[in-house]
Amino acid sequence: MKPKRCYDLPPPGLSPSTLTGALIVIEGPDSSGRSTHIAMLAEWLEQKGYAVAQVGLKRSTLVSRELETAKQGNVLSPRTLSLFYATDFYDQMENRIVPALRAGFIVLADRYIYTLMARDIVRGARPEWVESVYSMALVPDVVFSFVVSSRTLVERTFQKNSRLDYWESGMDTGLSRDWFECHMKYQRRMRAEFNRMEKRYGFERVNANRSIRTLDIDLKKRVQKLLEIDIPEA
Amino acid sequence: MRQEDLPGKLIAVEGLDGSGKSTQVYLLSKWLQGLGYKTFFSEWNSSALVKQATRRGKKKQLLTPTTFSLIHATDLADRYERQILPMLKAGYIVLCDRYIFTSFARDGVRGCDPGWLRRLYGFARLPDITFFYKLPLEVALGRILEGRPRLKYFEAGMDLDLSPDIVESFRLFQGQVLEQYLSMVEEFFFTVVDATGNVYSQQREARRIVRNTIDLAKYRRRITP
Repeated sequence: MKPKRCYDLPPPGLSPSTLTGALIVIEGPDSSGRSTHIAMLAEWLEQKGYAVAQVGLKRSTLVSRELETAKQGNVLSPRTLSLFYATDFYDQMENRIVPALRAGFIVLADRYIYTLMARDIVRGARPEWVESVYSMALVPDVVFSFVVSSRTLVERTFQKNSRLDYWESGMDTGLSRDWFECHMKYQRRMRAEFNRMEKRYGFERVNANRSIRTLDIDLKKRVQKLLEIDIPEA
Repeated sequence: MRQEDLPGKLIAVEGLDGSGKSTQVYLLSKWLQGLGYKTFFSEWNSSALVKQATRRGKKKQLLTPTTFSLIHATDLADRYERQILPMLKAGYIVLCDRYIFTSFARDGVRGCDPGWLRRLYGFARLPDITFFYKLPLEVALGRILEGRPRLKYFEAGMDLDLSPDIVESFRLFQGQVLEQYLSMVEEFFFTVVDATGNVYSQQREARRIVRNTIDLAKYRRRITP
């Protein structure tokens, strides 16, 4: 693994090159299987003797409560909401990810700055502004980008929840008043944004249309290579 | 930062704690309102939802320089997009007690990159007038330390580890904040006011500047409150 660095200048007080451990990010829409596979990876890594820490969006002690309130009603402007998310992100990065990496943990992140940036850009934020806000983020050792066909995604969502989520469907964007149509349009735009970022940020694309078992084996192989684990049986 | 033309005007006041800027901006807003001009007043760190988070972060000392900065940017974004910008579009004179320069100064002292800070606040337009209430450090310190000896953790810059003594930390922190302000005078065209003078003559001077810079007649209210 390469030494850790941030996309641009690190935040005050952090020298990324002193960090060890590994930062593994899984990106992808809801119902793409992120949490299932993170749980399986965590279990497997711990079995192998690695210490694992799990992080995700909206889990900071600082502002997660406000984010919840904000999502209930439409009281905040998109920029306020995106800055709240940025605060949440850096709070977790500085108080959870960094200490864990310093202690040599493998950090599994259920989404990272890319989802946040894509959401903002789809909602009309200037890409340069968004990129600057997140420019102090640590560069992950690997980003697995889960790609699922939109039809499969919808089916999985209905199977899990029997309804579409307001924010995941982008209903606040007004792309369509029809919930299903809006969901499809919004997810397509998010996908386009992710495609744009894929090269720039070096995502490893993962075909998440496959069965849980097949995907699991694939992911473990990739992680094994990254961590240079020399165990033949996966 | 690009500045599109808006019918309203933005006036900001900046300065150290104890510089008297809040009194001055309060008197300005009383004056403008009394004359029947469309006026709106907004205070740093006053958005309701963000305030809870800031308070929690400050109380539990959870904030790092980065999150400290971001949470204040969130506060301004909330006030800016819901109030300040719509008011400017509707042709109001908006008065701000502290504005983006407070963040540039304080967060700059905390080690945030100046370029990052300026890009972060790139959404907020530059004021038409920025009054900077300039006061020698010792005078500002004297006013605060005499009147209100209970200093708060972040206010005193205790997170910077400048000194274990809170009063000493406050002195050192304010000194560095002042340096940051002084370095911005030319960059952002501050109107520097000598804040050692008496309140009344300072206010007269401020009113004169406002009158000369802004064609006040354009801002008369259409409806009486």
